[in-house]
Amino acid sequence: MAAGVMTTGIQGVVALPIVLPLLGAAAGVVFGAWRQVQRAITLVTLVSVLGVSIALLIEADSTGYVVQSAGGWAAPLGIVLVVDRLAGIMLVVSAIVLLAVAVYAIGQAGEERQRVAFHPLYLVLAAGVSASFITGDLFNLFVAFEMMLAASYVLITLGGRPDQIRSGMSYVVISLVASTLFISALALLYAATGTVNMADLSQRLGEVSPELRTGFSLLLLVVFGIKAGLFPLFFWLPDSYPTASGPVTAIFAGLLTKVGVYAIIRTQTLLFEPGETMGTVLLWVAGATMVVGVIGAIAQDDMKRILAFHIISQIGYMILGLGLFTVAGIAGAVFYVIHHIVVKTALFLVAGLVDRRAGSARLSEVGGLVRSAPVISALFLIPALSLAGLPPFSGFLAKFALVDAGIEGRSWWIVATSLVVGLFTLFSMTKIWTGVFWGEADEAPGREPVVTDRLGSPLLMLVGTLALVGVSIAFSIAAGSLYELSERAAEDLLDPGRYVVAVLGERP
Amino acid sequence: MTVLLAAVTALLFACGAWLLMQRRLTRIIIGIGLLGHGANLLLVTAGGKAGRPPIVASDGSTDLATLSDPLPQALALTAIVITFGVTAFLLALGYRSWQITSDDMVEDDLEDRFLERRRAIDGPEGAVDDGDPTTSELEVGEGS
Repeated sequence: MAAGVMTTGIQGVVALPIVLPLLGAAAGVVFGAWRQVQRAITLVTLVSVLGVSIALLIEADSTGYVVQSAGGWAAPLGIVLVVDRLAGIMLVVSAIVLLAVAVYAIGQAGEERQRVAFHPLYLVLAAGVSASFITGDLFNLFVAFEMMLAASYVLITLGGRPDQIRSGMSYVVISLVASTLFISALALLYAATGTVNMADLSQRLGEVSPELRTGFSLLLLVVFGIKAGLFPLFFWLPDSYPTASGPVTAIFAGLLTKVGVYAIIRTQTLLFEPGETMGTVLLWVAGATMVVGVIGAIAQDDMKRILAFHIISQIGYMILGLGLFTVAGIAGAVFYVIHHIVVKTALFLVAGLVDRRAGSARLSEVGGLVRSAPVISALFLIPALSLAGLPPFSGFLAKFALVDAGIEGRSWWIVATSLVVGLFTLFSMTKIWTGVFWGEADEAPGREPVVTDRLGSPLLMLVGTLALVGVSIAFSIAAGSLYELSERAAEDLLDPGRYVVAVLGERP
Repeated sequence: MTVLLAAVTALLFACGAWLLMQRRLTRIIIGIGLLGHGANLLLVTAGGKAGRPPIVASDGSTDLATLSDPLPQALALTAIVITFGVTAFLLALGYRSWQITSDDMVEDDLEDRFLERRRAIDGPEGAVDDGDPTTSELEVGEGS
């Protein structure tokens, strides 16, 4: 089945998740003076992206791969856009999260209202995220990353406050170093193989020496590890994410690091033969990431910083699944990624609600929210228990899948580590619960708590958060079919030949 | 010629990495610029031997084997544009930072300053903690 032979007509829309947000961003700039029009454009764009993504996922799940060559130039010369099951799942989940956070941002009196640039930037970020998932070309992946990062640089420093500038600076510099390494890796790969098309690379890398291949593999792991926040490259993350405004932090925490994880999964399975050595490296990195992240979380006093350290420890779980290099392991990792994107974003949205309601998100400064704002408390509790991995929530199923895969792969120490880390995650969630929601209602010194209505927050902010909590509950209900989908995606990933044939057509 | 390009790349990477370690923002930004140049040069070097003609040679031959590979040059061009844009943003950020602090030193992390302050308050004799410094207290007047 050569690319282009399938004439279901779905290939025509493959580029839409990238093109629509970019058009929306342009329209948002034009209508900058009319805030309501800007909002409508953003919401309509994101809803359409969600619709297209769902269509692409259904098509990818039934046929395996949806491939489009940009401009009609066939691979490996032209740039290809490829949606397989993994990319389809990621597209749908990211579209859901982007939409919910956009609703939340509109409800919040903050940067969305003060800055004309917010909506266009947000859509450029969306386009960059979609492009990273869809692209079948390594250099195009670099461009997609830059598109996403350039928007994120501005979003993180949009308020212009001293702490935002300070931590934004380190975020930009670290990201630029990673980008430089990425270009260098691309240059070396091109010098060795003469191509940057991923399917073509997958074949030609088989011809270079194994030592060189391991070198490339590690270089790309470092490049994407910086973006994903792997040990020991995570240090910038808890420092920079919490300083941005609530919705921006939420979307960064939920999506951006996971784009890095996606790139790691994609490159390590497609470009390099999954080997014993690389698996061991990944497992050690995963273990260290989990432990360091959760220890960091326990030491913190700020709700957002605790959650930011949790991202790191959770990234460890995803890499654990990949490092096993089995269908069960990678399926667990994929399931964990989609669960984590939704739950983590929801938790950061709740942190934003707490910050707004109590005037601070520090455990030592807030308290007693369970009485003064029961709705917020309930919205926190469900994703928190899910993140900590308690049944019957999606986090339990995701962790169970990974632990099961680990036992099957006889990697006992990593299984033990992940279970202990899970316990500590629960502990730090309890710490937030007792610090923020229980106890005496003490006011943050020097800050006026926002006077609010009965629900404790503006309606739209609650709707955005509630939507994500609802999606995470839906994930636990539909876990069976979702896990089967992840399994099918994992089978594709472990058989790179299918990807190569889908992109390049029948070739030996 | 290719060896020379490789040596220049190495030099640019070394200088860029050294500048990146500095405490002054201006030096960090120049360091990022140098690193970007090094990576772009590496990309061009990946295209094959230096000195080959692009598209058509001076004797009119269009033999593909003797021409330079145009793809890495196109990639380098894209990378240059991106580096340029981001460097401009970085300069704006540095200027804003200078506006706020009237200095271009990189500041310590807020949480690090919290820990330091707490250590000073608790002291060796474990003095009574008369309230942690709040975020607002630290944000005000932390000029240098």
